[in-house]
This record gives sequence, structure tokens and C-alpha cells, in this order.
Amino acid sequence: MILSGFLDTLGALVLLGGTLFLALGGLGLVRMPDVYNRIQAGTKATTLGTLLVLLGAALISPAWSVKLLLIMLFLMFTNPLSSQVLARAAHRAGVAPVASKDALADDAEDLA
Amino acid sequence: MSDTDISLPGPTTPPPLRRLATRLFTTLLLFWLMLNGSLSPATLVTGVIVAGLIAMVFARDLSFLSGFNLTPAGIGAAFLFIGYFLKELVKANLALARLVLTPSLPIAPAIVKVRTKLTDPVGRLLLANAITLTPGTLTCEIKGDHLYIHWVVAKDTDHEVATQEIVAGFEHYLEKMYG
Repeated sequence: MILSGFLDTLGALVLLGGTLFLALGGLGLVRMPDVYNRIQAGTKATTLGTLLVLLGAALISPAWSVKLLLIMLFLMFTNPLSSQVLARAAHRAGVAPVASKDALADDAEDLA
Repeated sequence: MSDTDISLPGPTTPPPLRRLATRLFTTLLLFWLMLNGSLSPATLVTGVIVAGLIAMVFARDLSFLSGFNLTPAGIGAAFLFIGYFLKELVKANLALARLVLTPSLPIAPAIVKVRTKLTDPVGRLLLANAITLTPGTLTCEIKGDHLYIHWVVAKDTDHEVATQEIVAGFEHYLEKMYG
């Protein structure tokens, strides 16, 4: 009983930490100047934020932990992938980044 | 850039089909059992039959599993990679949190080009994903041996420095896993 109470509290704290990172990611989306920086803010915060939320859920209901672990695994593969594809699509569509140097534009003719 | 002298090593002799099928079968069965969360006979039998059929039919086409270096050294490197990755992920989030909470928003973005020594496609996928989830970097394009990376706070836009700064840490482990 004491252990489950402890796990509940710990899980709730981890969940809270996750939502905090998600909120910061949202703030990053608003504050960043261009699409690439926004993707950066979005990807990192949502990945760690969601991982922590899932971890918190696993602490509260240990019976779900194996499935939650699988979800975490899929998330870690797909989340960055979708961001990379979005960034690539944006660059190919000609969205110029706010940047001091753009190696991708410099090499554009080689990549065509 | 002297790109011309860097050619991709051609595919070496393909691994035997039986090994590919065994790996695919094991992976599929493991996922099935984890998803079900039970070891009851019905689950096991269904899993073995379906995973076996898929492994028999698709062993060659789903060969993305074949590159992994399934040795104690490779598996050890995989665990170290996961640990290093999680550490970098937390660091990335703290750095991002500090950045967006600073009123002046001190960013200096640039898209830099880096080179990887990895040749295995899954190794490269893991590298690109790991880069995207770590401090201030986002993989935008991959072409041959080069990755184009958007860097929120670019320390240096030089090719070599950026390679060292962004790629070297992960590559160290991935080279052992997909060597």
C-alpha cells in the first residue's frame, strides 16, 4: 500500500514534469522566428514531454508499462522523422531560413 | 568540396537469407508478445505462425534489420548509445527551455553540412534521428555521406568543426552497432 502510494506520487510528479516541457515547447513555437526553429522547439519538447507523460502513466499503472514502453519506442523513431521530413519539405518549397549560413542552399544545384 | 573522392562502399556480400529470416522472426515475435502482454498458448501459437509466415515471405525485403552487429560489443554499444541519447535529450530540452525563457531569445541559426562515416541505412537513420532530438540540431536533408543540419545556436559553420561537434558523439557508438 505504501509502495503504491509512493509510485502514484512519483508518477504524478513525472507527469507534471512532462506537461511542463510540453508547455515550454508551445512557448517555443510562439517565440521562434522561422519554421525551422519552430520545428526544433516542437520536436524536442514534445518528445521528452510525451516520454515523461508515458513514464508517469507507467509508474501509476505498472501493468501497462510494457505497452507504454513500446509506445515510447515508436515515438522516438517517428517523432524526429516527421520533423525532418517537414524541414526538408519546407526547404524544398523554398522557405528561406533565418540563418547566418545556409549550406543546403549553397549546394542546391548538386542536390537537384 | 572534395566530394568526388568519397564514394559509398558497394554492398558487401549479402548476409545469408536464413539469418535475415531469423532476425525478422525474432523481432516480430518479440513485438507481438510485448503488445499482447501475455504468454498464453493461444497468443504464442498465433505469434509463431504469423511471424514465421512473414519472415519466410519478406526476409529479403525487410532486411533493414540485417545491418546490426549482433555481438556482445554491438549490443553493449547499443545500451551505451541509449544512455548517451537520453542524456542528450534531457540536455536538449533544458537548453531549449532556457532559450525560450530568455527575453532576448539569443539564437544564431545556420544550416551546416556535416559528414558521416556510417554506411548502413539504419545506422544513418538512427544518427539523423538522434541529431534531431539533441541540443539545437535538426537534420534537414541527407545526401550521400552528407547531412544538412539546422543548428539553432551555431557555434561554428565550418564543415569539420560542425562534424566533430554534432556527429562524433553518436557516431562513436553507432559505428560499433552497425560497423
